[in-house]
Amino acid sequence: MEYILQPWPWFITGPLLALVMFLLLYFGRTFGMSSNLRTLCAIGGAGKRVEFFKFDWKSQRWNLVVVLGAILGGFIAHYFLSNPINIDLSEATVKDLNAYGFNNVGESLLPPELFSWDAVFSLKGILILVVGGFLVGFGTRYAGGCTSGHAITGLSSLQLPSLIAVIGFFLGGLIMIHLIYPILF
Amino acid sequence: MGKYLKFLAVGMFFGIVLVKSEAVSWYRIFEMFKFQSFHMYGIIGTAVVTGIILLLISKKIKITNTEGSTLRVPLKDRGFTRYIIGGTIFGLGWALCGACPGPMYILVGTGAFSILIVIAAALLGTYVYGLIKDKLPH
Repeated sequence: MEYILQPWPWFITGPLLALVMFLLLYFGRTFGMSSNLRTLCAIGGAGKRVEFFKFDWKSQRWNLVVVLGAILGGFIAHYFLSNPINIDLSEATVKDLNAYGFNNVGESLLPPELFSWDAVFSLKGILILVVGGFLVGFGTRYAGGCTSGHAITGLSSLQLPSLIAVIGFFLGGLIMIHLIYPILF
Repeated sequence: MGKYLKFLAVGMFFGIVLVKSEAVSWYRIFEMFKFQSFHMYGIIGTAVVTGIILLLISKKIKITNTEGSTLRVPLKDRGFTRYIIGGTIFGLGWALCGACPGPMYILVGTGAFSILIVIAAALLGTYVYGLIKDKLPH
């Protein structure tokens, strides 16, 4: 039990994620979390106006159930399977974030400087979350998948399009962290 | 209802794994793009290597899925433009809010409700893509 309560190392986590992908393939489906965003748009009636959302979303219900499970899993892991300890970030990361004005780095999953309600209700705070979310939603459909569909499923099945997409993921991420963050913070 | 139970179980397992590995943490994503820790690279790397092995084995011993047909991964369409541009846009957002779609849902379960704003914005982004899809180079 003590091992479960501690943070899990990468060499345990990676293979377990591959198992998630494999189980979904075994159940005749595929691992793709961002597809649910399209399904939710379709459920919301987007198919009436836009062709892209005109599909049988009921066939995607299984994936919404995966989402529901993921939310439950997050709840269980966070409230029942975790010792309250700080995230063991590298010293360099803590130092860089302190320089950006982030305090108590690693004491929670998300930085209060961006996700606390105080931050959310500031103009800069809400813009970061909204623009970030928008780019994720737009980019993932444009690229035809996200980390689960391209980085894990696509690379595991040696697909070139997924490799190109993952290179794009990192290109965008590096531009954001190394070029845009210094302007933002 | 019963046929959905296995998907609920897989989802729960996925949520637990990503919280326990701290991969849902904004800090871990920042650290990854700063190349200051091996943690996230280790996770993605071992996931892909294990995935490759699992898929090779299942091909070799011809595993059939629970629906009775051959276990196979759907192939992505060929192309370059959509993957590099779409991927880069995704990466910009991923690094800005520190969450990709899976962790977004999982974080709701951890009680970080401000992530719902990110999810709402992601839905809007998906909708706008659907709206202007035909005007974009793919």
